[in-house]
Amino acid sequence: MGAKTLYDKLWDEHVVRVDDNGTALLYIDRQLVHEVTSPQAFEGLRLAGRQPWRTSANLAVPDHNVPTTDRERSAGITDPVARIQVAALGTNCATFGITEFGMGDHRQGIVHVIGPEQGFTLPGSTVVCGDSHTSTHGAFGALAFGIGTSEVEHVLATQCLIQRPSRTMLIRVNGALGPGVTAKDIVLAIIGEIGTAGGTGYVIEFGGDAIRALSMEGRMTVCNMTIEAGARAGLIAVDEKTIEYMRGRPYAPTGELFERAAAHWRSLVSDEGATFDRVVDLDAANIQPQVTWGTSPEMVLPIDGRVPDPDAESDPVKAGGIRRALDYMGLTAGMPITDIRPDKVFIGSCTNSRIEDLRAAAEVARGRKVSDHIKLALVVPGSGLVKEQAEAEGLDKIFTAAGFEWREPGCSMCLAMNADRLEPGERCASTSNRNFEGRQGQGGRTHLVSPIMAVAAAVAGHFVDVRAL
Amino acid sequence: MEPFKNFTGVVAPLDRANVDTDAIIPKQFLKSIKRTGFGPYLFDELRYLDHGEPEMDCTDRPLNPTFVLNDPRYGKAEILLARENFGCGSSREHAPWALADFGFRVILAPSFADIFFNNCFKNGILPIVLDAKIVDALFEQATGGSPLRIAVDLPAQTLTLDDGTCIPFTVEAGSKHCLIEGLDDIGLTLKHVDAIRAYEERRRSEAPWVFIGA
Ligand code: SF4
Repeated sequence: MGAKTLYDKLWDEHVVRVDDNGTALLYIDRQLVHEVTSPQAFEGLRLAGRQPWRTSANLAVPDHNVPTTDRERSAGITDPVARIQVAALGTNCATFGITEFGMGDHRQGIVHVIGPEQGFTLPGSTVVCGDSHTSTHGAFGALAFGIGTSEVEHVLATQCLIQRPSRTMLIRVNGALGPGVTAKDIVLAIIGEIGTAGGTGYVIEFGGDAIRALSMEGRMTVCNMTIEAGARAGLIAVDEKTIEYMRGRPYAPTGELFERAAAHWRSLVSDEGATFDRVVDLDAANIQPQVTWGTSPEMVLPIDGRVPDPDAESDPVKAGGIRRALDYMGLTAGMPITDIRPDKVFIGSCTNSRIEDLRAAAEVARGRKVSDHIKLALVVPGSGLVKEQAEAEGLDKIFTAAGFEWREPGCSMCLAMNADRLEPGERCASTSNRNFEGRQGQGGRTHLVSPIMAVAAAVAGHFVDVRAL
Repeated sequence: MEPFKNFTGVVAPLDRANVDTDAIIPKQFLKSIKRTGFGPYLFDELRYLDHGEPEMDCTDRPLNPTFVLNDPRYGKAEILLARENFGCGSSREHAPWALADFGFRVILAPSFADIFFNNCFKNGILPIVLDAKIVDALFEQATGGSPLRIAVDLPAQTLTLDDGTCIPFTVEAGSKHCLIEGLDDIGLTLKHVDAIRAYEERRRSEAPWVFIGA
């Protein structure tokens, strides 16, 4: 047996059978379900008279269009179409016997926050969800990827997926990050380096000292945005941090079984000498706090950068892309990033709404005030449990004293399916993961940043290097 | 699923890179719990000048005159010609549902995002990856005076242009088979119930912690 990558190990461990044409039937250990991409899958089951293969493999939660204000939560969702969808999830889960953390459950939250938080995401497992940011769970050495609704139905009915092996890429972030530089900056810098299609067809493993030094929360942030590099999944090898994180989680094994599991989990690393189809090396010391300026996550610059000039780009398709982005974003070529003034600030989403994100953000917000130029600054915790923890630590008080609103958990302004959104032309400093046109509301302009950079922008009224605050 | 039949269709050129699934079908339409009826809202924000909402009647909405599908030449197009990284972003299958509902059966691009690419096959759409130079040439021809028509032959894996030029393409054998036969993946997989059971049994003894379920 030759040396194997982590991906090879996960793949091999889950192959049920291989077809003559090279496709494999892959066993799926865990499926997370949310309200937007599941109704048609349940309907398909019903029409075909099928039952879920293993109900306990699924965990459901509404997150995408739940309201984040107390009032609307207790009174019921105002938007009738969203209300029907959230209700449909409840009915479907009840009918098919699937556990759901409903809107009134204190464990409710963003699907990619609650999976790990509950220990439902296990190292070495295969995890799927009808959501592209399922890549988040790769932080645990789990093979995790987003799927479409037909595949959600396929997994419900068969506990398997038809898959082909991916190519493998290793991205090593060597050395140590400077102060004020976070996991978010690492992943934005990576996307800036390899491009939004750079990972297409690959599963990316992240390694190197800077990745090893990250907490589990930071690793989740990195894996979360792997999809923004076009990759099928992101992976980080298991180490003692992974195992410690798992201990005591509701769906994690206990006692002797935990130790047995942990012994297996420790083997979930790429072997010495395993070969990857592509290797990319980055020096952590060169990574600065990042801000996206355009309408694709690869349109990203360090905070001391200047908005690019399309006339300086030789590739006409790229120049056209820059021109269109500048026009949509309302920016002029050559202007410093620090001259860009957001109207709103959003701290939240499955990328950056975990307790560590909120602690770091609160640290910067402590004793400061949101600038008068900012119309709205929101902090939306990733789950009910994150919210409780943050409140126990008094973080909510720090945020509200600084002028931020403190909300109930959900996807919120990450994709504006609920009432939290940008108005046309409004500009937002956002800790989410996508800056596509209209993502945060039609005509809205999104700049992706880390939580501490978002607070810095809120306080200064324009983007600013958090290290200089 | 309907079997995929050979056909000759008009090519609509959509000349922008990184078209994401939210541009294909904006998020407000994701609140539907059905699979059908998304066609009128395909590319909603690019196609109309007003803001679209679910269940809106689109017949009287103001059209964006510069958007390709509003050009009468391309209104009945069945082949979409796109740029790199088409279908990136969210995994929503509503994107291929909307494309299919509009009438698209083939998408040509230099590259596709993975999840979208997979989702197409599940909905009777054939996504074809072509060399960037060929795509450039097709854009040139498709934007000329009269629209470009292409004959698609899936069994033979060829595209034939009006002028007789023949472009071969590749497609994964399993996906091709399912498209041509109109097969449902779940039915196919359930033929292997015994293999799945046997695997599950083994996994249960080797990794029992995976079966502590919700
Ligand atoms: S927070 Fe945003 S990216 Fe994450 S699951 Fe919700 S909508 Fe998707």
